Amino acid sequence: MLSDMIKVGMADLKTGKDNDIITTLGLGSCIGIALYDSATKIGGLAHIMLPDSTAIKNNSNIAKFADTGINELLNQMLAMGASKSRIVAKIAGGASMFEMKGLSNIGNVGDRNAEASRNTLKALGIKLIAEDCGKNYGRTVELYCDTGKFVIKSVGKDIKEI
Amino acid sequence: MAGYSLEDVNNIYFDVLKEIGNIGAGNATTAIASMLQIRLNMNVPKVQLLTFPELGSAVGGEEDQVVGIFLEVGSDISGSMMFILTIESAKFLVNKLMYREADAEVKFDEMEMSALKEIGNIITGSYLNALSSMTGLTITPSIPYIAIDMAAAILSVPAIEFGQYGDHALLIQTEFGDDVLIDGYFILLPELESYAKILSSLGIQM
Repeated sequence: MLSDMIKVGMADLKTGKDNDIITTLGLGSCIGIALYDSATKIGGLAHIMLPDSTAIKNNSNIAKFADTGINELLNQMLAMGASKSRIVAKIAGGASMFEMKGLSNIGNVGDRNAEASRNTLKALGIKLIAEDCGKNYGRTVELYCDTGKFVIKSVGKDIKEI
Repeated sequence: MAGYSLEDVNNIYFDVLKEIGNIGAGNATTAIASMLQIRLNMNVPKVQLLTFPELGSAVGGEEDQVVGIFLEVGSDISGSMMFILTIESAKFLVNKLMYREADAEVKFDEMEMSALKEIGNIITGSYLNALSSMTGLTITPSIPYIAIDMAAAILSVPAIEFGQYGDHALLIQTEFGDDVLIDGYFILLPELESYAKILSSLGIQM
């Protein structure tokens, strides 16, 4: 069967269905949030950069933030026919690429992104069923819309599936 | 900070950055050439204003491995700076610095990472010196931090910094080399207040 590879850029989000594979390459401190409805085989992937749209003045790009990005992704999937009660989430990323100690915002933005993603999912009532966050390395992720499997690839490490 | 966004600042800043990039990269080339005792030429740097998706693939493929050297700057201006080297360029420089054959295997062990940090120090230091002497501002760098990983993952760090102010990032590409072309990228990330300081110290009114 032919699969379509759908690419999500930085501060971007995309949805897919059936045989689509949605991917984002080289997540660093950003987070890849995968939402999936197994009954309709509708999936979505957001690549967010910052935790909170309300903390920043220039917030017109809603895919850039955990709060607005996850909301928008959910709405797009619901519009495609996914059911909110069936949608589950998997997240990956949020690394500290440079091991810096005692630096204010830059060092822990990965952790804050992961935390904001968890909180937004919780507020929306979406169950977070798996995650691979933190550490100090980049991750490429792929969401398979036929099965909901979420594949994580890193340099010099085994391929992971969550 | 009334009345202008990073996009406005960036337009004015473009030529200034290019000039600073030119002088900084020139200084860096001289320093590296004399340290390694090789002849190096430098091309005029290319300054680009990129959206985030463009930034991820600006230094090659998103998943291509690169070396990122990151440091914070303080004193009169605050912010951070990143220098990115392609993995081939990093290997070449490490081998030269360690008096090995140009194509010797590089495993990026502790010794080699430390050599790379030193190269990063010299390159970023030369660049910041140029900025400092043009503006008369005191700029103090932190120790350099280093990471080797996928380009998009390394670039997420400056992208997030820029992301707090707007939807674009400024990238300065420098090429220098003799037999082997060394490809490097500077990303200077002053905090928004510092942009105004740099510009006004150069006599540019916002």
